[in-house]
Amino acid sequence: MNKLSPTYDVIIRPRQSWLHFDWRALVQYRDLLREMVSRDFTSRYKQTILGPAWFIINPLITTTIFILVFGKVVGVPTDGIHPALFYLCGLLAWSYFSQVLASTGNTLHGNINLFAKVYFPRLIVPLSVVVSNLLTFAIQFASFVVVYVFLLYTGSGVVSRPSVWALALPLVVLHTALLALGVGLILSSISAKYKDFTHLASYLVQIWMYASPIIYPLSKIPEKWQWLAVINPMTAIIEGFRSMLLGTHSVSAAQYGCSAAISAVLCVVGVLLFQRVARSFVDFA
Amino acid sequence: MSRPIIEVQGVSKRYELGQVGMTTFRDELQRLLGRAPAGPATREFWALREVNFTVEPGSIVGIIGRNGAGKSTLLKILSRITEPTAGEIHLRGRVASLLEVGTGFHPELTGRENIFLNGTILGMTRAEISRKFDEIVAFAEVDQFIDTPVKRYSSGMYVRLAFAVAAHLEPEILIIDEVLAVGDAAFQRKCLGKMESVSRLDGRTVLFVSHNMAAVSQLTTRAVVLKGGRVQFAGSTSEAIDLYVEEFETHLVRNYVTGPLPRKWPGTGHARIERLSFLKSTPVFQSDADIEFDVELSVARPISKLRISTTVFAADGSAVGGSFGAETDCWGAADSRITWRVRLPNPALAPGRYHLDLAAGHGDFIGDRQEYDVVTDVLYFEVLPPKSPSGVLARWESGWGHIMLPSLQCAPI
Repeated sequence: MNKLSPTYDVIIRPRQSWLHFDWRALVQYRDLLREMVSRDFTSRYKQTILGPAWFIINPLITTTIFILVFGKVVGVPTDGIHPALFYLCGLLAWSYFSQVLASTGNTLHGNINLFAKVYFPRLIVPLSVVVSNLLTFAIQFASFVVVYVFLLYTGSGVVSRPSVWALALPLVVLHTALLALGVGLILSSISAKYKDFTHLASYLVQIWMYASPIIYPLSKIPEKWQWLAVINPMTAIIEGFRSMLLGTHSVSAAQYGCSAAISAVLCVVGVLLFQRVARSFVDFA
Repeated sequence: MSRPIIEVQGVSKRYELGQVGMTTFRDELQRLLGRAPAGPATREFWALREVNFTVEPGSIVGIIGRNGAGKSTLLKILSRITEPTAGEIHLRGRVASLLEVGTGFHPELTGRENIFLNGTILGMTRAEISRKFDEIVAFAEVDQFIDTPVKRYSSGMYVRLAFAVAAHLEPEILIIDEVLAVGDAAFQRKCLGKMESVSRLDGRTVLFVSHNMAAVSQLTTRAVVLKGGRVQFAGSTSEAIDLYVEEFETHLVRNYVTGPLPRKWPGTGHARIERLSFLKSTPVFQSDADIEFDVELSVARPISKLRISTTVFAADGSAVGGSFGAETDCWGAADSRITWRVRLPNPALAPGRYHLDLAAGHGDFIGDRQEYDVVTDVLYFEVLPPKSPSGVLARWESGWGHIMLPSLQCAPI
C-alpha cells in the first residue's frame, strides 16, 4: 500500500477523443454499481406499506384499465389472444423500457449534486438503473406467469402457448436494456445543455408508447404505415415478447434484425455522447 | 524513485461567461447553419492560467489563495470533476478527493448501508470497507444507531459518520477541501489528528485546500499560493502564509458585511446597525493584533447617548468573552447616520476562527441598559498562530481553549 502502484497512474488532459472509453475505471468501480442498485431498490419501497408488491400491482391495474377502455369500450382486437395476457405481455416489455429510459434520461441533471462533488465513472449511474429495473422486471415477469397459469387452469379459453424461443428471453431483455440506455443517454446528454429537452422527454415516452403495438396488435396497422412499425425498434421487441411467450409468430427475423441494429447504433451513440458531455457537464450545469 | 507523485503542467481552465447554459437549441441550430447574428463574442474568463507545480510523495501541501484565485477550479480538475482547457496532470497513485463529506448519503438508508454506498462512491471496494467497518463505526461513535436510517440521525452524528468513512480511505493521494470546517471542535481535532498521523505513518500525500490559515499552518509544510489563476508562490508554508497575509494588509478598506445583518434579539429600534466592515480587506489577524472595525448606524428616533458592546464567539459557537465600550454622549437626529470606529485591543485569542455579536445601545453592564439594536453572527475573522513560537512565549496547542495567555513574568525577589 505504501509503494506507488503504477497501475493507478492517472493522466488528466483536455478534450480526449470521442472514442475514449475507460473500461478499467468501470471495472474498478464495480462495487459501486452493486451499492447503487441496492440503494435504488431499497429506497424505492422503504416507507411504503406494500413494499415491492407495487411492482406487481402497477401492471395489473394498467392491464385492467386497458381491458376496460380499449377492449370493452373502444373494441380494439387482440388477435385472438386473451386480452389480459396480450396487454400484460406488451406492458412487460414496455414498462421495463420506459422506466429505464425515463430515469437514465435524467442522469445528468438528477445527479448534479453528486457529480459536482466526486469523481467516479459517470456511466455507473445509468447502468445501475438498467440493473435495478431488471429486478422489477423479474417480479413483473413472475406475476405474468402467475396470471398465465391461473387463466390456463380456470378454463378461460386460453389457447396461447409459449414457443421454444422463450429461452431467448434474456437476450431480448438485454436488447431492450441497450435500446433504453442508448436513447436515455442521448436525451440526458442533450438536455444537459438544453433544458428544453427535459420537457420533451415525457412526451416522447407517451408518444412512443402509442406508436408501439402495446394496446393494439401489429396487424391492425394499415399497410402504408407498416414501415413506421419497422423503424420503431420497440415494435420488434414487443412482438418478440408475444411471439416467445404467447406463440404469436408476429415478428419476422428481418424485422427483428433491423430493430437490433438500430438499437446497437443508438446505444453506441448514447454512450459516446454521454461520456463526452459528462466530462465537463458541471461547468455549464 | 523521486518522481513527483503529482505533476501539474501548464494547466489552464477557461470558462465562457454569460452565454453558456443559457443558449437555446434554436441559437445553436442557427449557429450551425451559419446564420448566427454576429453578436458579441462570449466573454471568456480564465480561472487558471498556466499552473505548474509538483508534489513529492509523502508530503502535505496546502493550497491557499483568496476567493476567486482558482482554488476550487484547481480542486475540481485534480478531482476529475471537470477537465482542464489546456495542460496536463499526472497523478501517480490512487486518488481520493473530498470536496464534501457524506456525498451521496441517502436519508432512507441505514448507517450501515450508507457506509458501503459512500465508501464505494469514494472509490473503496466492498472488501476494503468490510475490513474497516468496525473501525469506521467506532471512529464515528454511532455504534447504537448503525442500523437506523440516517434521516433520524442528529446533524452531529450524520457529519461524524460521513467523516469517519472519509477518514478511513486509503488512497496514496488525498485531496481535501475545507471539509474540516464541519462538526464540533473536538471532532475536528480528531480528524486533523487522523489526517496528520495518516500521512506521517503511511507516507500518504495530502493536498489540502483551505481558507483556514490556522489549519494550513498546523498541518502542512509546503504550500502553493494562487492568485488570479496563477501560481504566485510555491514553497514553505510559513513563507506562503506570510505572503498571503501581507498581501491583504496592503489592501484598502473593504466592506465585509453588506447583506441584511442577522438578528436574534429585538432592540428598541431607535437606531439600527446598517453596516459593519473590518479595516483590513481580509479579516485575518496575527494573534497579538488589535481587531478594528467600523460600525455604521442609521438613526430612526433621536438618541443622545451611544455605547457599543460585543461578545466574541469561537467557531464552535461557544462564547469566549464580552467587552463593553464606554457610554458616550452622541447626538443623533432622526434619519441621520453615525459611523464609529471600534477597536478590540489585543484580545489574546488563540489561533482559530471567531465571530462577533454586536450591540448598540445606552447604559452599561452594571446599571440600566437598553439596546437600540443587536446583530448576531457577524464579523467573522481568523486568528493566525504566532509567527515564531519559542520557549519564552506562551505556548498554545489546539485543544487548549480560545485564549492565549501572555508570557509568564518571573523574577527573583
